[in-house]
Amino acid sequence: MVEWTDAEKSTISAVWVKVDINEVGPLALARVLIVYPWTQRYFSSFGDVSTPAAIMGNPKVAAHGKVVCGALDKAVKNMGNILAIYKSLSETHANKLFVDPDNFRVLADVLTIVIAAKFGAAFTPEIQATWQKFMKVVVAAMGSRYF
Amino acid sequence: MYSFKLKPAHRQKRHLLCDHTALSPSASAVVYLTHRRLTSRQDLIQVNQRSKMSLTAKDKSVVKAFWGKISGKADVVGAEALGRMLTAYPQTKTYFSHWADLSPGSAPVKKHGSTIMGAIGNAVGVIDDLVGGLSALSDLHAFKLRVDPGNFKILSHNILVTLAIHFPTDFTPEVHVAVDKFLAALSAALADKYR
Repeated sequence: MVEWTDAEKSTISAVWVKVDINEVGPLALARVLIVYPWTQRYFSSFGDVSTPAAIMGNPKVAAHGKVVCGALDKAVKNMGNILAIYKSLSETHANKLFVDPDNFRVLADVLTIVIAAKFGAAFTPEIQATWQKFMKVVVAAMGSRYF
Repeated sequence: MYSFKLKPAHRQKRHLLCDHTALSPSASAVVYLTHRRLTSRQDLIQVNQRSKMSLTAKDKSVVKAFWGKISGKADVVGAEALGRMLTAYPQTKTYFSHWADLSPGSAPVKKHGSTIMGAIGNAVGVIDDLVGGLSALSDLHAFKLRVDPGNFKILSHNILVTLAIHFPTDFTPEVHVAVDKFLAALSAALADKYR
């Protein structure tokens, strides 16, 4: 499906190995819920998401952020097979959770911003370009079972 | 979606009618208009069509405060954001085919990044009337440069990435949402004249 050069594969692995899933996942998901408040519609069972402080401190939001990054971890370790990895996740989000697939792109962009904040200048334009290509593929895979 | 306020001459009279500290401005305007047996006299009220997701007073003050903090580094942020856009979204290079060097940190990228951030800084100054304040720039982008407005969102994203890198503690989620809204409103104002 997607062609990855060796340089791209090693760039993405090098970025990911420095990302603490347990920190970045919760930060990214919380930021999505704050910056794009209409996304809160999917998390009505998560308890208090009424203010930025409530969102940042909400344990269910944090837990789900970790789950999302866990799935990304699988993709990084199987870059030749991303479509297959996300097949059942895509079906679940399409047919059971009814999540608008545009939200995957939104989450990917916010995750990129959170990672950039952590890495600082080390997140060079070239690394950003490669990382965003990877995000684009993951987002496409997540949307692949929507019809 | 419409909001309205009384024209200045009538705001004084509204205050005579009702204790304005007990009612919100809109509520006391409604009381005033009802007292005058009017509901929608255009000579008394200014009707403002609210654009989608318009900037609140809080958004504007957050943006102004943040822009004050970053103003010393504005040139650097502009140059870097432009360089990131050209690298991560290569289709945007089509607008700069007349430059010798499109790599991040090159002279034309630095110069133009600085120009862009300067214009954005000016937009912060006219944040209460972005469409009016950006009218000339909208003409330029619409008729001369003919930049597809979809690219404004792409540049905005790269500005946010650059801000996150240079101001990781200041670029909180609350600042992020206000700046994202501001850049979206700015992009809409820039696209205002397109058709």
